[in-house]
Amino acid sequence: MSTTAPIGEDKIVAKVTSKHVPIYVMGKRYDVPDSLTIMKAMEYAGYKFIRGCGCRGGICGACGTVYKKPDDYKIHVGLACQTVVQEGMHLTQIPFYPATRTVFDYEQTPAVAEAVFKAYPELFRCVACNACTKICPMDVPVMDYVAAIKRGDFEKATELSFDCIQCGLCASRCMAEMAQYHIAQMVRRIYGGKIKPKATHLAVMVDNVKAGKFKDGLEQLKKADVATLKQLYMSKDAREIEPNMSEDEWVPTNNAYL
Amino acid sequence: MPYPQALKELIKKVEATRPERVARKKKGEEVPFMSLDERAATLQFHPDVKEEGRRALLVGPSKGYRLAHEYADLLEAMPRVDPDKVDLSTPHIETDVLVIGGGGAGTAAALLAQEQGAKVLVATKLRHGDANTMMAEGGIQGCSKGHKDSPYYHYLDVMGGGHFVNVPELVETLVTEAPDVLQWLEHLGMNFSKFPDGRLKTMHGGGTSRKRMHYAADITGAEIMRTIRDEARNRAADITVLEFSPAVELILDDQGKCAGALLYNMETEEYLVVRAKAVVMATGGSGRLHVQSFMTTNHYGATFDGVVMAYRAGVPVCFLHTIQYHPTGVVFPEQAEGILITEKFRGIGANLVNVEGNQFVNEREPRDVEAAAIIKECTKKGLGVPTPTGRFGVWLDSPMIEDLHGPGTVEKEFPGKHILYERFGIDISKEPMLIYPTLHYQNGGLEYQSDGSTRIAGLYVAGEVGGGVHGENRLMGNSLLDILVFGRLAGAAAGVYAKAKGASLGKLSLDHVRVFTKELQESKVGADRVSPLLLPDYTLLDTKSRQLTSHYVGSLR
Repeated sequence: MSTTAPIGEDKIVAKVTSKHVPIYVMGKRYDVPDSLTIMKAMEYAGYKFIRGCGCRGGICGACGTVYKKPDDYKIHVGLACQTVVQEGMHLTQIPFYPATRTVFDYEQTPAVAEAVFKAYPELFRCVACNACTKICPMDVPVMDYVAAIKRGDFEKATELSFDCIQCGLCASRCMAEMAQYHIAQMVRRIYGGKIKPKATHLAVMVDNVKAGKFKDGLEQLKKADVATLKQLYMSKDAREIEPNMSEDEWVPTNNAYL
Repeated sequence: MPYPQALKELIKKVEATRPERVARKKKGEEVPFMSLDERAATLQFHPDVKEEGRRALLVGPSKGYRLAHEYADLLEAMPRVDPDKVDLSTPHIETDVLVIGGGGAGTAAALLAQEQGAKVLVATKLRHGDANTMMAEGGIQGCSKGHKDSPYYHYLDVMGGGHFVNVPELVETLVTEAPDVLQWLEHLGMNFSKFPDGRLKTMHGGGTSRKRMHYAADITGAEIMRTIRDEARNRAADITVLEFSPAVELILDDQGKCAGALLYNMETEEYLVVRAKAVVMATGGSGRLHVQSFMTTNHYGATFDGVVMAYRAGVPVCFLHTIQYHPTGVVFPEQAEGILITEKFRGIGANLVNVEGNQFVNEREPRDVEAAAIIKECTKKGLGVPTPTGRFGVWLDSPMIEDLHGPGTVEKEFPGKHILYERFGIDISKEPMLIYPTLHYQNGGLEYQSDGSTRIAGLYVAGEVGGGVHGENRLMGNSLLDILVFGRLAGAAAGVYAKAKGASLGKLSLDHVRVFTKELQESKVGADRVSPLLLPDYTLLDTKSRQLTSHYVGSLR
């Protein structure tokens, strides 16, 4: 494919070339620059991803990767898009791992721990081996949040599981064969939607919008010409700017369109 | 890798000016915002103004419109499939509503279409949720605090950020639907950052007059995506998701109404005919085209596909002459190059400073102005910080956040970025980040109305693939809002349309593809290119020279 501005190698390797090191992708050796992430190194070697590549920014959970280093018995883990290659590493991606997810009717589900226990009874097969925590590429304390769920402490479980990217590596190691990340998702939704106090100011605003409170002001703006809009936009009165270090209670001097 | 010694020396200059900058900030003394004239002068350094970077389209409904070569290359390209080879007489799948794209806009559309009683198929190129939505960090705008904010001020901010050329009706819809969207998310169990009494925490973004950026730590988009995706999975009886199956062509009926799409299973390389009573196009943006060779914050699948398909079917494009470069992308360490550093860092008070340790711009200008100011500092003024990889950047002074808001704030408010840098041996609560503008957002796109409808009956548009609501420049936090406002409206409208008018679908047709191909041939353009692109190609030229399969185009054999 020809394009006027070709997409190509300058996107992978920065101008300064670095030292090459051997890595083993699913057992096969490739020599790659030692400054690259596993993902870019595989592309450098000629792989083109369909699976195992998503956001390329460490948040989507598509590129969970396990590897071993020479002279080290441990299984190591990382996201391919975030982990820099190491000399002699043996790696494979685990872009998908089968996991049980229970369908639940969110509206009808009560905010009690038993609802989660019923949806995921395997929670109680946890033997606290901590393999889940050890393999988590995001350093989420998986076993601890599972324990919090079992105690019914959804606030704690939400806090501990919040950085989960749902890559599924925890489920791949679980002796109880549960999908911790699906359970945590259910818990976070119940906590966020049914336990955490609601924003009453938001409910008031929704009602005010529905009652048409802001219609006239918006009509004026929609009809205004560009010169008028510019004048309003730059006006320190019509569009007063809330100071950056102000408290939540700050109020503007001109409240004509509130 | 940690900062090398040369950079550590330069960081001392940032530390030298920090106490004074913090003191000024605490007193409320800011570097003045630019006047509109100063903004215009600064924007001369924005990549959008480079005329050699674009050309006029020679074919299609927006013929003559000048846009980036990278866009034009894909709009002026041959289809992936010869229409004569596709048997449309017996569709493989039938559904009420087909949603193309499994990000935030597509998922919101699927939920709302389902609520109208429609059976929904979501076709997505990667996994459900692999989308820019997932990567959005800083927050979602929307007025929620009546004592200081209203849709009126949100409207003014959106217009000012977009250079006053936004489509007014779309802006009105965006700002008036915003509170409802926030409440919908809260109801579905999204964990907003809140005060103990339930009040939503809010802050500024570039170009906002009131603090109306709502957030969930620094992973707001991920929290939104995983919440609404979970809800879609609960409705699996009505919402089917087909992963790794992007659409490559829209299918119309013999009266020109939208009637489905041709999907491509990237793993088995089969094409599937889907007959649908209504279609929602929600394929997102195009950062992976690397316009003007810029690095990008976008996810792997952001390749312009939806614009290409709908343009071929006759939908015009608008506002595509502007592209958003996020002011703060990582430029060093190299491993994280292009990755987004959320605007929330600047919203909460971190300054931008040059190689001398001096502030050169207010950190809360609209994104295009901020990005242009950084490029100007590094090019014309020569005050950029040189990186070991031969590039330039400026400092984003994250440690001053600790001085402003207390020790531990950086790790608490920015856990994602803290851990990212920690892996490279950099503690961003103690050392600043080195950043440069990075290709972030497709401001323009397909023309659509407030309910998502287009000039093709039965075809709806939602999210980044559309253009108009953000004018020539989007403000922070209005993209997560956009995808949910218009995703919900488009989904609901498509569901209603499918129920009411879906029965009148005629014979399926790909004639519009034949007509477009003929136009290309007559204009003698695009014969050597194929689109939609589906995935970017990062294969080295050297490796490519040994990949001898003929007609190798992306994942197509």
